[in-house]
Amino acid sequence: MADTKRIKHAKQVRVIPGFGLTLGITIAMLSLLIIIPLASVLLYSFQLNPSEFWKLITAQNVINAFKASIICALIAALINSVFGLILAWVLVKYEFPGKRLLDGLIELPFALPTAVAGITLSKMYSNTGFPGSFFSSIGIDISYTHIGIVIALIFIGIPFTVRAVQPVLEKLDGQYEEAAYILGASRTKTFFKVIFPELFPSLLTGFGLALARGIGEYGSVIYISGNSAKNGTQVVSYVIMQKLERMDYASATAIALVLLIISFLLLFAVNIIQIRRSRRISVR
Amino acid sequence: MEIFDEKQLKAKKRTKYILITISALFLIFMLVLPLISVIVNSLREGIAFYFEALSTQYVTSALVVTLIATLFAVGVNTFFGIVASWVLTRFEFKGKNVLSTLIDIPFSISPVIAGLAFIMTFGRLGWASPIIEWINETLGTDIQIVFAIPGVVLATIFVTFPFVSREIVPVLNTVGHDEEEAAALMGAGGFKIFRKITFPHIKWALLYGVILCTARALGEFGAVHALSKARGKTFTLPLEIDALYMSGSADSITASFAVSSLLVFIAVIVLVFRNVFEYRTKNKSKKVKSGE
Amino acid sequence: MYVEIKNINKHYGNFKATDNASFGIEKGKLVALLGPSGSGKTTILRMIAGLENPDEGEILIDGKVVNNIPASKRGIGFVFQSYALFRYMTVYDNVAFGLEIQKVPKDKIRERVLELIELVGLKGMEKRYPNQLSGGQRQRVAFARALAPNPTLLLLDEPFAAIDAKVRAELRTWLADMIHKVGITSIFVTHDQDEAVDVADDIIVTNKGRIEQHGTPREIYESPKTPFVAEFIGTSAKYENFGVLKGFSKEEKVHGALIRPEFVEVFKADNANIEPYLKYADDGVVESVTFRGNSVELGIDVKGLKLTALRSLERRKIEVGEKVKVLVYRLYTYDGDQVKIIENAELAGKETVKL
Repeated sequence: MADTKRIKHAKQVRVIPGFGLTLGITIAMLSLLIIIPLASVLLYSFQLNPSEFWKLITAQNVINAFKASIICALIAALINSVFGLILAWVLVKYEFPGKRLLDGLIELPFALPTAVAGITLSKMYSNTGFPGSFFSSIGIDISYTHIGIVIALIFIGIPFTVRAVQPVLEKLDGQYEEAAYILGASRTKTFFKVIFPELFPSLLTGFGLALARGIGEYGSVIYISGNSAKNGTQVVSYVIMQKLERMDYASATAIALVLLIISFLLLFAVNIIQIRRSRRISVR
Repeated sequence: MEIFDEKQLKAKKRTKYILITISALFLIFMLVLPLISVIVNSLREGIAFYFEALSTQYVTSALVVTLIATLFAVGVNTFFGIVASWVLTRFEFKGKNVLSTLIDIPFSISPVIAGLAFIMTFGRLGWASPIIEWINETLGTDIQIVFAIPGVVLATIFVTFPFVSREIVPVLNTVGHDEEEAAALMGAGGFKIFRKITFPHIKWALLYGVILCTARALGEFGAVHALSKARGKTFTLPLEIDALYMSGSADSITASFAVSSLLVFIAVIVLVFRNVFEYRTKNKSKKVKSGE
Repeated sequence: MYVEIKNINKHYGNFKATDNASFGIEKGKLVALLGPSGSGKTTILRMIAGLENPDEGEILIDGKVVNNIPASKRGIGFVFQSYALFRYMTVYDNVAFGLEIQKVPKDKIRERVLELIELVGLKGMEKRYPNQLSGGQRQRVAFARALAPNPTLLLLDEPFAAIDAKVRAELRTWLADMIHKVGITSIFVTHDQDEAVDVADDIIVTNKGRIEQHGTPREIYESPKTPFVAEFIGTSAKYENFGVLKGFSKEEKVHGALIRPEFVEVFKADNANIEPYLKYADDGVVESVTFRGNSVELGIDVKGLKLTALRSLERRKIEVGEKVKVLVYRLYTYDGDQVKIIENAELAGKETVKL
């Protein structure tokens, strides 16, 4: 097929008008409002020399903050994956009174301002609030500990996992399960061999989104975490804000750059999962 | 045909109730309790105190700033959302996936970074600050971006940027572009096609996107926190909540919850609307299916 | 020629969707672009419409090259496979849309729209929305909408694909009548040969991006020019060793032959009328008898060839295992891309009456 390389392709026809205009506006606005400001962060952090950069991001409190943010976000995203799966299952498979109310509530963390969620959770889980007083009476402190951070991140992340799994579960044909039952598979076996593999990519997507959100979270975390350098309960976003307040722009941008890279990698991974999934579906 | 025997059915039912109970408990503890907690805390000092807390000068100033930022954010992002969803769903082009990923950036990065980004652009060290200074000198104006209202507005636009387009894109993808193509074949122009054919399909999604965007704009905290330092001047409601809460006295904490209750109220309205919206689209898709 | 395409080539990536295709269509004709899926028929239609650009070649409508004329200025009406009715507009508004774009005065629009709605038999349904109509009614609206701005060429992409089998036959005669009544030059795409034969004045058969044959349904059916057409149209089976049949001899370069059931005549061995032809007939054994509703399909073994024949229900019954006489009137031989119709040599010049 030597000559196929020289095929000249005709210009694509776009019958629907407005391609150039809308693409232009989209790219212009995206660049002005999002890309250029973010690039400024890059620009500034590139002015730091590598050893300086390294020193800034390996300071003990920065390392601790990354540890706290990543570990707590991981734990919260895992918990959210379990509950997200259960909630999506219950909302799709069962009928019961109050179902629509439950369904509607899932989105609350998207709609509620993070600062409001933050102060409320902090108050609830302090040793004077409910259920914080109960937990402290059995010796578990939640506010101002890592557990508190995890709780805040569960609150923020739950819609991501539920809403990622729910539509896939809705489309999963009931006959699929019935076929497995007829073939004699047990209920648990049916779930793990037939249903779970179908849901896994979307669950992974939800997990990734919840994780990305959790690692960068600020408003809902900073009240319940207590932000103690000694106890290692400062999260990355808090540290960036602290550096900003002290006009330490070098540190702020260096840390922000690392955080940005982590976010982009996660976003990239999630997109790959989604593109692969849509390909698999279209092959069918 | 019933393919489950009695024992299986019983086990099925038991799992059902266990799972529903787990779900209900989880949602009550994680989501309902916080809502109730805001209201209870806000009324701790009585109704009179509640309204007093809402009418301080700080709060009214914060409300005005919040509304300004929200208005700009909603306006800009609605326009952007419509234009971007048109280009992303009506045309095939190279780099489409990249573009749609870039639009989603604000959704997955820390809001504090958004604030930082504008400081590094327009702040003392930012590359654009000489440009702003030059404009101010030549035009005799006194434009301030960072630590002023424009910064607050920009940060709010940034964090709510993808909200409207995210709601419209899936709707337009489901509808397909046959109708637009047919109209274009008959010689209809872009605006006519949008107004007469596309808009009726997306009006509910658009409205929902606008409301969601509004809610997020009203409640944005991290990005604005980095860019706004003057209480009573450039503070938004969430910043005022923060300031009240952090001042630590029992009274001011109650006041902070009182201000929060305003935003909770808006959040609940958004949720109610969301449900109405979803119910409508689900019903309509059923109707269309049965109609065929 | 009203519509003409000349040496059109079109690639998608490395896939050749159209391979040096050329044909012309006379004014007022209803023409079917017929071919299996992936044969490039829809691509050709979309290029004539202006929804795609050819890589090479010219497209002419009414003597003018239209390659650089946008779709909306080509004076065509297009009926989409999915109809693409405007879901948020009534039947009336759907049909009126094209006229409103052309800024036709309101009363003129009203006149034309009502006329068309009546023509397609949807009078009284002007205020309905597309989702309140049946599949067939939607197609009528799509047809009326395409006709409203008085196009000079009507293009239809698989117009019957979305319709129940039962309604389809009825609707296609309706559409053919309508098109002839309006007198508009029309091209429609289909993969269904019955549909093409039923409806079209002319058929253009496509395969692998090439034009295989262009002719009337009868020409296409009776004298296929390529092996593909011979096999694609009608039902037939391939026989390499057809030389064993009486009246046929296989030349060296011929690969084999296609035989259609209607070319094969079966007689009961005791049929007295067959006497004069007996010496031309082969002996066969009936292997299967299948009821086909309006006829019986017979599977017969003739000297190792498994032939298929149709037999009228009015004639005497034939049983499985029965020894019969078999006469083959003609067949299509093929070698490479050549097809020849070979008549039974023994019957040449004789009057063959179907017995």
